[in-house]
Amino acid sequence: MLEVRDITMRFGGLVAVGGASFSVPKGAIVGLIGPNGAGKTTLFAVIAGFLTPTAGSVRFEGDDITAMPTHRRAARGIARTFQIVQPFAGLDVRENIAVGAYLRHASASEAHRRAEAVAQRVGLGADLDKPAASLTVAGRKRLELARALATEPKLLLLDEVLAGLNPSEIRDIVPVIRAIRDEGVTILMIEHVMQAVMNLCEHVHVLAQGKLIAQGDPPSVCADPAVVEAYLGRGAAERLRLEASHA
Amino acid sequence: MTRHTALWIALLLAAIAVAPLLTASNAALNFIVFVLIIALAAQGWNLLGGVAGQSSFGHAAFFGTGAYVSALLQLRFGVNAWAGLAAGIAMGALVGWVIGFLSFRAGLRGSYFALVTLAFAEVLRILANAMGFTGGAAGLLLKLDLGFANLQFSSRAQFLWLALGFVALGLIISLRIAATRFGAQLVAVRENEDAAKALGVDVLSVKLRAIAISGAMTAAAGVLYLQYFLYIDAQIAYGVWISVEALLAAMVGGRGLVLGPIIGAFTLHGLGEATKAFAGRVPGIDLMVYGGVLVLVVAFAPGGVLGLLAKLRPKSRRSGETA
Repeated sequence: MLEVRDITMRFGGLVAVGGASFSVPKGAIVGLIGPNGAGKTTLFAVIAGFLTPTAGSVRFEGDDITAMPTHRRAARGIARTFQIVQPFAGLDVRENIAVGAYLRHASASEAHRRAEAVAQRVGLGADLDKPAASLTVAGRKRLELARALATEPKLLLLDEVLAGLNPSEIRDIVPVIRAIRDEGVTILMIEHVMQAVMNLCEHVHVLAQGKLIAQGDPPSVCADPAVVEAYLGRGAAERLRLEASHA
Repeated sequence: MTRHTALWIALLLAAIAVAPLLTASNAALNFIVFVLIIALAAQGWNLLGGVAGQSSFGHAAFFGTGAYVSALLQLRFGVNAWAGLAAGIAMGALVGWVIGFLSFRAGLRGSYFALVTLAFAEVLRILANAMGFTGGAAGLLLKLDLGFANLQFSSRAQFLWLALGFVALGLIISLRIAATRFGAQLVAVRENEDAAKALGVDVLSVKLRAIAISGAMTAAAGVLYLQYFLYIDAQIAYGVWISVEALLAAMVGGRGLVLGPIIGAFTLHGLGEATKAFAGRVPGIDLMVYGGVLVLVVAFAPGGVLGLLAKLRPKSRRSGETA
């Protein structure tokens, strides 16, 4: 469904992403993980159309969308959430979600009806009339998710929707994400919370210093020495292996 | 909009409409007509600056364009005043669209956008002042020819009702917009452009539509000014004063709220007149009051007069005023 080919994103002399290629099959939940500063969010911005890559192409359902503006990608069916939540602070929860719903529904009553339905789905049903600015961090993350869902996407890009949540909040939202996939939405997620990655993703790509260094199912990726070293430093994999064998 | 808000709007308009029946004082009627013209210009500003969050410092560009286009068509080409009104409004929309296209496409926001609009208005002022076609520094004087067909009225009351009709139309347009997808997208653009884009909002097109409608409304105010005073020059039509009036009325009344511009225009000019009455003939004293009011509003009541009133009202009835 989504195909990222040789994407390079350079900011002046800094190569944020260097020749990354991967694909996301229809109906999958694919994870994109990697240490801080690896270029995950930059890659997301390229896929969603916020950045034009220095080189490479993005294809969606077979069409090249590398030069397509963000709002047209949304119309094609690509929705994203933001790592740093971006609520419309002056609006209430219903109005926030309705902005997403308006993409496919021109009438205000229909958009508000959809917004309420989506809010129920992500567990914001009780907060519809609250100002977005009054929500907790967990609430704002749900709002990000709800707004993106309200655009009725085919592909949902989730940028750390679980970061900053406590374990019980994570337990609450993981089934919500799985339910979204089960209804036919393909999901690509950046996530640091490994418990959730292990739980949700069928396939994981690991990005480190702008390059994809590993891919596979979550357990095998976690066991990959290159991945361990990317997170913990050179030699860490060897040391862990030794420690494990001594224990 | 709640029934409560609708009731207030109806009451306010009715109160203004019956004013000529209660007083025959020319000073009072002049005051109301002038304030209504300012309110209409401010309604235009409010759609772009208040609802869509793109603060302009150059709405004189639209006000002046409306006035000049209509005056030139009438004087130079013998066009009917009503057709001049329509043409002035259309040109206001077009000038808005062009200024918007040039500045929004370049990604200008916030104070940069405000400065560019000021520059456009100043360029137009200097051109109108310099060219013979626009009457140069002497300005343009419409021939006094009273009659409905010429959009000139012998009675101030009739003109007041005409201006009130335009303000009511502006209210209806603002209320309609607030209740639609376009209105939601305007607010989304004001609150967070990136988030709006991600949700499929075509930010450039939304801003262009906003500035075109805004320009049309403020241009209508310019034409009304022309038809009431029958005289314009570059300093009046394209002067910074009207940009400031439009912005100030909307901000003092309640930025982004449909009733804001009307409440703000009456509050400001009411205060100005009251000060003149009390302070006597100290030149510019009303302007000092404007400055003081602006400082107070920005510092203590960012929601304007309506925001202040909403705070005083009981909580349960507060939600109705937002638009």
